[in-house]
Amino acid sequence: MAQHETAHEESHGSLKTYSIGFLCSIVLTIIPIAIVLGGWFDGMVSKVVLMGAAALQFIVQLIFFMHLREEQKPRYNLMALILGIVILLIIVVGSMWIMLYNMVAV
Amino acid sequence: MAQRNVNHAGQVSPAELHSEDHGHPDMEEMRKFGFWIYLMTDIIIFGTLFATYIVLKGNTNGGPGPADLFQIGGIIVSTFILLISSYTSGLAVLAMHKGNRQALMRWLGVTALLGAAFIAMEVNEFIHLVGEGATLSTSAFLSAFYTLVGTHGLHVLVGLVWMIAIIIQLGKHGITPVTKRKVHIISLFWHFLDVVWIFVFTIVYLMGVS
Repeated sequence: MAQHETAHEESHGSLKTYSIGFLCSIVLTIIPIAIVLGGWFDGMVSKVVLMGAAALQFIVQLIFFMHLREEQKPRYNLMALILGIVILLIIVVGSMWIMLYNMVAV
Repeated sequence: MAQRNVNHAGQVSPAELHSEDHGHPDMEEMRKFGFWIYLMTDIIIFGTLFATYIVLKGNTNGGPGPADLFQIGGIIVSTFILLISSYTSGLAVLAMHKGNRQALMRWLGVTALLGAAFIAMEVNEFIHLVGEGATLSTSAFLSAFYTLVGTHGLHVLVGLVWMIAIIIQLGKHGITPVTKRKVHIISLFWHFLDVVWIFVFTIVYLMGVS
């Protein structure tokens, strides 16, 4: 029972989980800034690392701030999110592919 | 038959028992889920705006480009302001679960102040850009830029007004199931706006100046 109580407390997050999430997002913000201002990488490598940091930050916020992992089954929130992200990727990657890498249009 | 009933009663999960204490938790849960669906449609809006920006980024029409215009120092400051405000809105939710109305209202107030500071810095940046001759109609790049960043700013502004309204409601009604759900929703919205800003910061500003 005691275990259940703590599990329930956990489902709204605790000061610890919020602080861990906050520290992670600070670090994941400072790394890209350092990369750009310090000019560590260039071109494609820099872009991939920057997008990776942003995506990680998205996941950190989903888990630590929006509590996506503590959802009870059936996980409709997660399913809706996956649908949203699939549409997002189709729009963004599809637009880039057609508009930037299509030799016929150039 | 009696055996089955006992078994059935024995299988009532703690979660179900818990939800019965609260009156109409399912309805409030449904409303929270409804808001989540709205956030997913917002993802699509921002997705189209990001796609437009990425495609039009190079079309500066002989005008200034990203590297000429952006002052990354101010942008970094506003990024951290928004990041901290995302954390304080989480602290507000924590205070609510402890039943501490004063702390809840205080943290929401801090979040709103940080949001206002973010808006002020953005308006300031836009005024500076227009002063440099980079207006909405200068080039396709700038049209896409103002639409994307402006839409995000507008969301923050709406969130700000909404948060102040919830602080007032909390002052009047205290922490009830209804105000609880409203605080949950605004904090979800706020975290979401922070995530969108992280992508604006990365794709528009960091990749713009690098």
